[in-house]
Amino acid sequence: MRHHSAVAALAGLGVLLLVTGASTGAAQESHVGNITGHAASGKKLYRRYCVGCHGPDGDGNGENAQWIDPKPRDFTAGLFKCRSTPTGTLPTDQDLFNAMSRGFVTTNMPIWEPLAAQNRADLVAYIKTFSPRFSTEKPGTPITIPPEPAATIEGILRGRATFQKLECWKCHGPAGHGDGPSASTLTDSKDEPIRPYNFAAGVPRFMCGATNQDIYRDFMTGLDGSPMPSFADQLQPSEAWDLVHFLRTLQPLDTPEALIWKQWVATHGSELKPIGPDNGGK
Amino acid sequence: MRITGIAALAGLALGASAVAGVAGPHLRAAGGTISGTITYTGTPPKMKPIDMAKEPTCAKQHATPVMTEGAVTGPGNTLADVVVYISAGDQPGPAPTQPVRYDQKGCQYVPHVAVMQAGQPLEIYNDDETSHNIHPMPKLNSEWNKSQPPGTPPIHTSFDKPEFISVKCNVHPWMHGVFAVLNTSHATVSGADGSFKLEGLAPGHYTVTAWHERFGTQTADVTITGSETQTVKLVFKATPY
Repeated sequence: MRHHSAVAALAGLGVLLLVTGASTGAAQESHVGNITGHAASGKKLYRRYCVGCHGPDGDGNGENAQWIDPKPRDFTAGLFKCRSTPTGTLPTDQDLFNAMSRGFVTTNMPIWEPLAAQNRADLVAYIKTFSPRFSTEKPGTPITIPPEPAATIEGILRGRATFQKLECWKCHGPAGHGDGPSASTLTDSKDEPIRPYNFAAGVPRFMCGATNQDIYRDFMTGLDGSPMPSFADQLQPSEAWDLVHFLRTLQPLDTPEALIWKQWVATHGSELKPIGPDNGGK
Repeated sequence: MRITGIAALAGLALGASAVAGVAGPHLRAAGGTISGTITYTGTPPKMKPIDMAKEPTCAKQHATPVMTEGAVTGPGNTLADVVVYISAGDQPGPAPTQPVRYDQKGCQYVPHVAVMQAGQPLEIYNDDETSHNIHPMPKLNSEWNKSQPPGTPPIHTSFDKPEFISVKCNVHPWMHGVFAVLNTSHATVSGADGSFKLEGLAPGHYTVTAWHERFGTQTADVTITGSETQTVKLVFKATPY
């Protein structure tokens, strides 16, 4: 009898936890490096720093949300753009920590680096409680990124051919200016209009980090919740690095890749077939 | 005796395969049938021609422009692309292992609505000369987004939780489809003339649910006593917006 009522009490507690939207056990914690974050501490920080945009229910409907574009992330969907994990899978705690610390340049999401790492880890733990996915699913396995080879003109040209073949230009435009034929029609997963990345933007505006590894991840994991798909099934790692090096040449920056490219184009530029519908041997 | 049994099984297999590709291995003894025609009252929105000028490789596949598919109607106020399925009274078996096929052809999803049981394999093919990205947008299942260039192998996937999932291609904004992931293999999609048929039903009390992507759901209760055909009337209220 006592045994049964204890089980019933536990079951009732389980239901109560579900009803209040909290999750049990490991989903109340985050692990970032050697820091363990706790959702209970994160909740107080959230109420101070995050609730204005992300809302008390974590659904992106904070009172500021109506004035800002792009809209704040809806944490209840468990859908995140900047991950090291394959499309359709949850980000790791480190992914969430990095996104929060880095902020999302050109949006209203600030750089939260000034908060102590422990505080940011606590916030990660609390944010995970908004989506039931974090209690039922493990994060995806981070993709393996092999060491980056040195940039060469051959690699850059192969990357350019990939940009043509995989039809990146249809959204990003032939010169990566975010003006491809489909660019103006893009909507995100909440049906809000969204523009593809414009590589010609003066200051690097990559939302998921500005290193070559970050760019590699962008197209090898896809930016879930946005129109940007994963190309992981279509690219070998060496091809992916070639594409990263080519993409660097689209930016108005003095990267090693851009310098190699400029030198080659000065003498061989006329050999290039233009990117777009008239190219590609179709 | 033996020959009769095999003939009956063959007949059932044909009948079951008519149920929009969700044919399962659990063939029953000859059962009852629920059939009918889906109609609507009110005014549905007008379907519009799709301009595929930005994708010439697809535009050339259509002699006349294809129409949008949000509300496909027929003479006699019939409604196509309605998912009709048993929502109560049925004991679902294990998910069929036969994959459901979904094609991207002429920059359209064929079929517009694909019906499958939760956990049933789904194979997505790109038959076009252009890349597509397959972007299902579920609320209960995991959302993913994958590029699928021409000439690449089909994407193999499945969905665990019953849900009606919108599918889109971001590159071609006019492309819209539906994955109807259900808890039952007794499911079908109404044809261009609004007709549907659910077969192989054991005696029992059933609830039939009809779902349309714009007009919501309608239900009807049906009792099967033997191997008869019960006709069901399912009428949607159509609105222009």
